[in-house]
Amino acid sequence: MLEVRNIETLYGLVMALRGVSLKLSENKITAILGANGAGKSTLIKTVMGLIEDQPDKGAIWLDDKRIDGKDTEDIVRLGLAYVPEGREVFEELTVLENLLMGAYTRGGSHGKADLKMVYGLFPRLAERQRQLAGTLSGGEQQMLAIGRALMMRPRIMFLDEPSLGLSPLLVREIFHTIRLVNRELGTTILLVEQNANMALSVCHHGYVMENGRFVLAGTPQELMSDEDVREFYLGVRSEVSVKGFQRYKRKKRWR
Amino acid sequence: MFSQLIISGIAIGATYALMALAMVIIYKTSEVLNFAQGDMAMLSAFVAYFILEDQGLGFAAAFPLALLFAFCLGAVLEFGFLRRAKEPTVLGLIIITLGLQMILYGLASWRWGSDQKNFPFPVSDFEVHEILPGAVISDLNLVTLGWALLLMLLLFAFFRYTKLGVAMKATQQNHVVARIMGIRVNRILMLTWGISSMVGASAAFLIASTDTLDPNLMWNPQLKGFSAAVLGGMTSLPGAVAGGFILGVIENLFGGYVSVEFKSVVAFAVIVLILCVRPSGLFARHYVRKV
Ligand SMILES: Nc1ncnc2c1ncn2[C@@H]1O[C@H](COP(=O)(O)OP(=O)(O)O)[C@@H](O)[C@H]1O
Ligand SMILES: [Mg+2]
Repeated sequence: MLEVRNIETLYGLVMALRGVSLKLSENKITAILGANGAGKSTLIKTVMGLIEDQPDKGAIWLDDKRIDGKDTEDIVRLGLAYVPEGREVFEELTVLENLLMGAYTRGGSHGKADLKMVYGLFPRLAERQRQLAGTLSGGEQQMLAIGRALMMRPRIMFLDEPSLGLSPLLVREIFHTIRLVNRELGTTILLVEQNANMALSVCHHGYVMENGRFVLAGTPQELMSDEDVREFYLGVRSEVSVKGFQRYKRKKRWR
Repeated sequence: MFSQLIISGIAIGATYALMALAMVIIYKTSEVLNFAQGDMAMLSAFVAYFILEDQGLGFAAAFPLALLFAFCLGAVLEFGFLRRAKEPTVLGLIIITLGLQMILYGLASWRWGSDQKNFPFPVSDFEVHEILPGAVISDLNLVTLGWALLLMLLLFAFFRYTKLGVAMKATQQNHVVARIMGIRVNRILMLTWGISSMVGASAAFLIASTDTLDPNLMWNPQLKGFSAAVLGGMTSLPGAVAGGFILGVIENLFGGYVSVEFKSVVAFAVIVLILCVRPSGLFARHYVRKV
């Protein structure tokens, strides 16, 4: 499975990841929580080989193969699919064409069955298969982006903020599908989210990222009972009155 | 007279349409205006001439071989020059194509000289058919039109029905996401240049056979092709084709009724007019891009 060992990623002179290590468990959903600018997207992009000459330090392993420094096109062929932040469907291609591009690396006759599987998960895409993707609603585009990634039949799927800008109802629908994909297809999922409530409700394991490093990790139950997670990510105020002292102690533990 | 001007306009418009298609195919994928397009085609026409005259092979061998040369030329130029640019700006890439244009022009002038050569062609411009009262169309016109339409049909089918064609469209829209799909974007770019170069070369063969062959062959058609592409919105293949035909007809009508001397200027007058009325061209579709 995928293992990230102590990587550092630079944008020019700015260090966006400062020693990140992560291990995905097979057939499980792992979530990364963190505020805007924490470095969550950077981590995924680094693994996908999308940031040139990065990671600067550290290593990324898939099973017993080292994959950092490989081209994105080759990393994809190892079974890693990426649903980018902001959906990024091909707006001027039809829904069907978008899905076929997901299956680009897979030759032969799988296409039909996979298409049926994706349409089964997202019936709305089937109705709109001849429509240009640019004319879909935000929620439909997100479904298309996920469906397109599934057409690769990936071992591992990275989802970067799939709930961004969607209505609560749609968010629930998307997360329901994510859980379904994980359970039915056995896809290992790495989920990046600001919506901590939702993420913790579906994941088996979670990390919290701040300023380019993980400050906390654990099962969703552990994370949900953590004072800081409750206060900063779940929006639950802690009742402790001597806050200053408590905060200090916690901050120290995180480092 | 009117119908004759229209018919000749359509015939010449077909070559503009081919040049416009060639330019749009590259522009869509890389946002580069390829100023070497015309001379890539011109050099390919010289290669066809070389195979026909110096090697003495027939048309059936010469044209496919020259088209193959055109494909390789396009691919090599992309691989050897444009790809070498490190963190390129669009302007920088356009300058590279200007440089390539000069190199190709120099190469042709050095090898074949600047005198006008007769470009042999299997059909004649003098065999004519009267298709409307008082209006004739030559065999060569018919072949030009037929070839242009066939090529367009093939291109549309390629972009619509083949996986590779759709992947080229995907790459045109977003290089990064195309790579996430596993599409090897560099190869697509090379292929784009190859295909575009072939389309341009076929226009050059047709133009050289109505005219004569010399290194200046494609100077005017390239400008016209560019104008037609702008007319069609720069990013639309059907737009480029329509632009080519419209330009050919308007230009011919102007030449027939107003002034032959200023015939060539019409293209630019039309562009200015269009850009004032519809800045995105006649046929461009626009989507609101997310920031
Ligand atoms: N292309 C880039 N160039 C320079 N800095 C960047 C770039 N992308 C992201 N950053 C910076 O890296 C940090 C992490 O960004 P990002 O990974 O997008 O955060 P997140 O996804 O957690 O919101 C931020 O400080 C951001 O400003
Ligand atoms: Mg992000």
